Amino acid sequence: MNARASLPVREAAARRPGRLAVTALFMRRSLHHLGNNAYGFVFEAVGPVVMLLIFAFLFGGAMAGSVKAYVQFLLPGILLLAVVPMTVTSGATLCSDIAQGVYQRFRTMPFWQPAAVLGLIAADGVRYLAGLAAVLGAGFALGFRPEGGAAGTVLAAAYTVFFAYCVSWVFAWIGNIAKRPETVSGSSMMILYPLLFASSVLVDTATMPRWLQAVVNANPISMAVALTRGLFHGNAGAGELAAGIGAGLVIAAVFMPLTMRAYVRRQTA
Amino acid sequence: MAYAIETGGLRKSFGGQEAVRGVDLAVRSGELFALLGPNGAGKTTTIRMLTTLLKPDGGTARVCGHDVVKEAGAVRARISVTGQYAALDDALTGRQNLALFAGLYGYSRGEARKIADELLILFGLSEAGGRTVGTYSGGMRRRLDLAAGLLPRPEVMFLDEPTTGLDPQSRHDLWDTVRGLKRQGTTVLLTTQDLEEADQLADRIGFIAGGRLIAVGTPAELKARYGGKTLTIRLAEGTDADGVSRLLDERFGLECRREEEGRIVKASVRNAETAHAAVGALLGDGTVVEDFALDDPRLEDVYFALNAAGAKEAAV
Repeated sequence: MNARASLPVREAAARRPGRLAVTALFMRRSLHHLGNNAYGFVFEAVGPVVMLLIFAFLFGGAMAGSVKAYVQFLLPGILLLAVVPMTVTSGATLCSDIAQGVYQRFRTMPFWQPAAVLGLIAADGVRYLAGLAAVLGAGFALGFRPEGGAAGTVLAAAYTVFFAYCVSWVFAWIGNIAKRPETVSGSSMMILYPLLFASSVLVDTATMPRWLQAVVNANPISMAVALTRGLFHGNAGAGELAAGIGAGLVIAAVFMPLTMRAYVRRQTA
Repeated sequence: MAYAIETGGLRKSFGGQEAVRGVDLAVRSGELFALLGPNGAGKTTTIRMLTTLLKPDGGTARVCGHDVVKEAGAVRARISVTGQYAALDDALTGRQNLALFAGLYGYSRGEARKIADELLILFGLSEAGGRTVGTYSGGMRRRLDLAAGLLPRPEVMFLDEPTTGLDPQSRHDLWDTVRGLKRQGTTVLLTTQDLEEADQLADRIGFIAGGRLIAVGTPAELKARYGGKTLTIRLAEGTDADGVSRLLDERFGLECRREEEGRIVKASVRNAETAHAAVGALLGDGTVVEDFALDDPRLEDVYFALNAAGAKEAAV
């Protein structure tokens, strides 16, 4: 233990790490978290598959005559229904994470501070991809055959992850202003689920009364589902592209600055 | 003389409650300065402002010549903090924690890994390095926290109650490390409630109470100013302790305490002359004194004297 009295003499680091490098370090930190808790990661990814099976077998016959026929319509929506709620976990994790002592240390260190939030949110893409792969795999097993082929599938998957990233800023913001992670999870019931179900995720809007159609069509989730479906089946039009991508960008443009402002304020409260 | 830490009229309130009420602090470069005071005195709030974690409501604070608010980045590049609540990532292993911090300080991935391993060995944590920190004992966490604090080779190190809750061996190890830091020329600001710790380590002590710095000096200065020596007299069996107490009170103005059923009489004295005169008077009076001793003032005496003064001031 005497060794402790003689401290290491070390060259200081050559230079401050750049913004990208620091963000990458925080992404790595999140990936280590996933790696150190591998069971949780697997359960979270497989969970949405159960939802797909329930809806496919419960509604399949009634809605489209067969499971296989309904899956053609259902899968793009279920993909969003599976991946978008994962952003709530991002917000809740952020909330409990930044309340930890280690964030006190981060705040006394000389690096670009927004990276501490940005890296965490960015790394969640891994969770979104895992959930997406699980649902997509199960969908193919149930007979999902998108008309857009491999290219359409890749584009639809990419868009789903993009949209989830955009929505994740809503919960990142709530995670920053909420005192407890439970508040973040609770807020999703109020914000996310009405939007998810009052949309064209599960049903075609053509059967709804006109006023409800107007509401459902104005829902950003409906825009996202319409584009995802269009991409899978290779028939997405310019209007769907603009609405689907635009809806995501507007959400991110509002909530990303709010999140960063809340994080920086929280630092010196 | 260059000051590593300099504050003027530093203030901070929380919801109308003034935690720090105008602190003027000047810590010299290379000095080991201890902020001593009871719970809630404003020690931690002061540290949090100096380490850029809290914005002051009023006054100024400079660390290494840089303003903690306007030049927070420059301050952060020169300091390091080790807190009473070990600031570590519980979900990462010990090695992952250190490698992350090293990376954030700008070391390459390879260097960061090497540094992490070095520090784990130095702090006796190599075997635990692969376990998540959530499974560590309190002492292990504190060691890892200190290792992380030493990573950036700071000019100024802030240690916020670093030994609270440590066992005696870990406490002494930590003291050794802090002395090593000082030998390397690092300025150290330490907060503590542990009088022995302040006495052992500090070049100077600032006593903080009720959000104000009410006394500053070397341990010896403070003891001379606020604490007295203790005279202990052991009497032969059957001696009239009341009479002895009365004599010491009447002739020397000493307030006596009795222990061991009157066999021992203790009193605070200003200096050695008074003690000699008191014992001489007793012997001249025919009292049988079996033994006597004169003890140096303890920081504890200073602590209680100043605490009483602080409480009086707070009540005004």
